[in-house]
Amino acid sequence: MEERNENIATDICIVGAGPVGLFAVFEAGLLKMRCHVIDALPQVGGQLSEIYPHKPIYDIPGYPQILGQELVDRLMEQVDPFRPGFTLGERVETINRNDDDSLTVITSEHTTVKCKVLVIAGGLGCFEPRKPAIDGLSEFEGKGVAYMVRNPESLRGRNVVLAGGGDSALDWAIFLADIAAKVTLVHRGDTFRGSPDSAGKVFELAKAGRIDLRLHANVTALHGDGHLQELSIHTHQLPLIRIAADHFIPLFGLTPKLGPIADWGLNISQSAISVNVADYSTNADRIYAIGDINTYPGKLKLILCGFHEAALAMQSAFKHVYPDEKLSFKYTTVYGINAF
Amino acid sequence: MASTHSDLITIYIIKSDGSQAPLDVPVNMNLSLMEVLRSDGYPIPGTCGGIALCATCAVDILSGNEKLSPAGDQELDMLDLLPQSTEATRLGCQIKLRPEMDGMVIRIDSES
Repeated sequence: MEERNENIATDICIVGAGPVGLFAVFEAGLLKMRCHVIDALPQVGGQLSEIYPHKPIYDIPGYPQILGQELVDRLMEQVDPFRPGFTLGERVETINRNDDDSLTVITSEHTTVKCKVLVIAGGLGCFEPRKPAIDGLSEFEGKGVAYMVRNPESLRGRNVVLAGGGDSALDWAIFLADIAAKVTLVHRGDTFRGSPDSAGKVFELAKAGRIDLRLHANVTALHGDGHLQELSIHTHQLPLIRIAADHFIPLFGLTPKLGPIADWGLNISQSAISVNVADYSTNADRIYAIGDINTYPGKLKLILCGFHEAALAMQSAFKHVYPDEKLSFKYTTVYGINAF
Repeated sequence: MASTHSDLITIYIIKSDGSQAPLDVPVNMNLSLMEVLRSDGYPIPGTCGGIALCATCAVDILSGNEKLSPAGDQELDMLDLLPQSTEATRLGCQIKLRPEMDGMVIRIDSES
């Protein structure tokens, strides 16, 4: 879709293409401020498109009922006159402050966006792998421990231990049985709710001795000197055992986390960004946080409230984009929409 | 409107340090266990807002499990992914408080 490694310059960079990020584009557009929107997901709409596109929402003013995806489509139509740019499928990793106080945002794919104002409309944050509580887990990250299989070939001929009971654990156990020297699948239960075909195949491979299936079992500790060498497995019936392992891949799905946002020097409270309710600015100059990602006394995680926050934040952002101009508030009914 | 006595039930919460505390909760407001725990200051993030998506409200039901509605598919899928979950683990956001849950004992997962 978009070219990678782009260098973009704009007035306002919005992190998060959910409903609140999109509406901020509209509010910015009314004030002649151009926007570029970045989202880690491959499509716009945030939670609405990703989680409940076909579920009705009942508390959008003027719509007694509207489907999640329909609201996203309407918002896209609403922002169209202001020609926002989009970088999708890339996660914002780093924010740098420039000498003139502007900001440069750098994504996971090295796209850079230079902007006068940054608006974080990140919703739930980023979805990151859920990490089990195991002694020594973080110590071995990148040294045998990974949370996804990026390159199966790198596991050829290796001794691989997978943990988990979901589809992903089943699918990788089956796939790696042909590649790895040994595959062990550790599962805390004795049944799999994943696809019955995959579960059946795993039991077959275990019977044939091609997968070492450990049921009612948990990995409790990792051991090694610089690189993973062994791990401890606890099962209900047996005493703690240690087995050899070159790689350990826990596959426990994804969980929303703040991700890199936590490292940008912003005041964080209970996994949300603390803001000033006058304009939803953060403790960092020129950085605003709106929608589900922010927190303040009385915060309600409603799309409706995020829309309000977007309007106030953009009014406040105007002074950074047009420092020499005086902002006079105008109604769209009187002045209409002045497309770019 | 003031709650009448019958609108309140007591649930008992065992915290990660082993201590137990009673919590009186209303059953006439269509609240979930996640919502009442969070509003009482327990460390339950409830990040996704109650749509069985983040599992940050997972709790163990130590007593009273039989009085709960069985977990739905979406909740079971999420419970499946939790490394430490047991037969007793449920998502607090999917448990609507009802009068028959009076006396229920839950343990808050320290990983939440």
